[in-house]
Amino acid sequence: MSKIPLQFRHNGRDVAIFVDGGTNLLVALRELIGDMTPKFGCGQGGCGTCSVLIDGELHLSCLTLAESVAGRSIETLDGMKLGPNLHPLQRAFADNFAAQCGYCTPGMLMAAKALLDRNPSPSRDEVIEAISGNICRCTGYEPIINAILAAAGGRVSA
Amino acid sequence: MAVTVKTFTSVSEAAGALSSDRTARYLGGGTLVMRALNEGDVSISTVVRAQDQALTRFDASGPRITLGAGVTFARVLAERDLGFLHAPARSIGGPAVRNMGTVGGNLFAPNPYGDFTVALLALDATVAVQGGFGSRDVGIEEFLQARDRQSGTLVLSISCTRPASTGAFRYRKIARIKPKGGSVITLAAHLPISGGRIAGARIALGSMAPTQIRARAAERALEGQPLDAAAIAAAASAATEGTSPSDNALGSAWYRREIVGVHLRRLLSGQE
Repeated sequence: MSKIPLQFRHNGRDVAIFVDGGTNLLVALRELIGDMTPKFGCGQGGCGTCSVLIDGELHLSCLTLAESVAGRSIETLDGMKLGPNLHPLQRAFADNFAAQCGYCTPGMLMAAKALLDRNPSPSRDEVIEAISGNICRCTGYEPIINAILAAAGGRVSA
Repeated sequence: MAVTVKTFTSVSEAAGALSSDRTARYLGGGTLVMRALNEGDVSISTVVRAQDQALTRFDASGPRITLGAGVTFARVLAERDLGFLHAPARSIGGPAVRNMGTVGGNLFAPNPYGDFTVALLALDATVAVQGGFGSRDVGIEEFLQARDRQSGTLVLSISCTRPASTGAFRYRKIARIKPKGGSVITLAAHLPISGGRIAGARIALGSMAPTQIRARAAERALEGQPLDAAAIAAAASAATEGTSPSDNALGSAWYRREIVGVHLRRLLSGQE
């Protein structure tokens, strides 16, 4: 079966690759582009650790057909860093001990970025809702919620 | 295994491709088909897509609303005129799933999913489909009963009547994991009132049978009655009639039968 040419923007950079029919975006990012920041979790859309932004909207890369992102803009955790500095969300996660095993962290950060990009001052409930599709099996939700609120400039509750 | 992806600009071309290939599946938001591919479903060898803008249009201005099959749950939530559908849309997945999952795709979602379809079933929706035979409208109940045989059919849109008042339509999803999670049971009720009595009651249940079903005995208990304690108690006691729930990790069939009447009573009583 012939390969399919695919072009899209990846963290602000144009990329061109060849994919097999039916390849999901997560595989394309990890295996063909070498961006290992989106993680494979469940492959069913249930855990959120493969979350990326497509044209600024939160999507699950494991359930996205790679061909469907032709000409679109993909943001992953790999593009979050601001030059040599951490993004405020990354800094807040570090400062608030919001990473335990860390496997959920890329998806959590993308979900948090999607939220703050459209709502810079979310309430605690809005933060909880925003990360409701992202599972942390270390059950470290409270530090994650506090970190997102801290990055937003909100009050960090005890 | 690689599959062949066929992308069309019109729904008629996509419907033709779908109806002529038994191994073809239509890809909407991806939450069902891509999952199946990730799990190695070898029955799918062709994926059909359509980029027809008709699929993402909706008309929510009149008494009868129409949603293109490709309308996402996030889009439903963004539309004030669709406020009566916000609770069912919000009960599905997290934000990413709602950005991807579509109204049309939800018609095919197996238990413990398909919550939006429960709401549409209570609202007596009509499904516009296109296959090799051309296009036609099918009642949602008929559509769901033949769901497993719909693989060669493309869903174009779903339409339903707007409830006359806020209280006329009620929805409740019982889940163990909040705010997201699969359904233990899902309930929706449309209760039009005429002259102080219920006229045309529709109650729909999810996760109480292989597909979403109407609770006809409960509907009969309410029909022509005022929505009072006696009618609610009669409906609640009839809630299990005609159901055939199954066991899964979220709840046993026994548990579902035990709680469905309780939650129907709460729904009809307006209790939180």
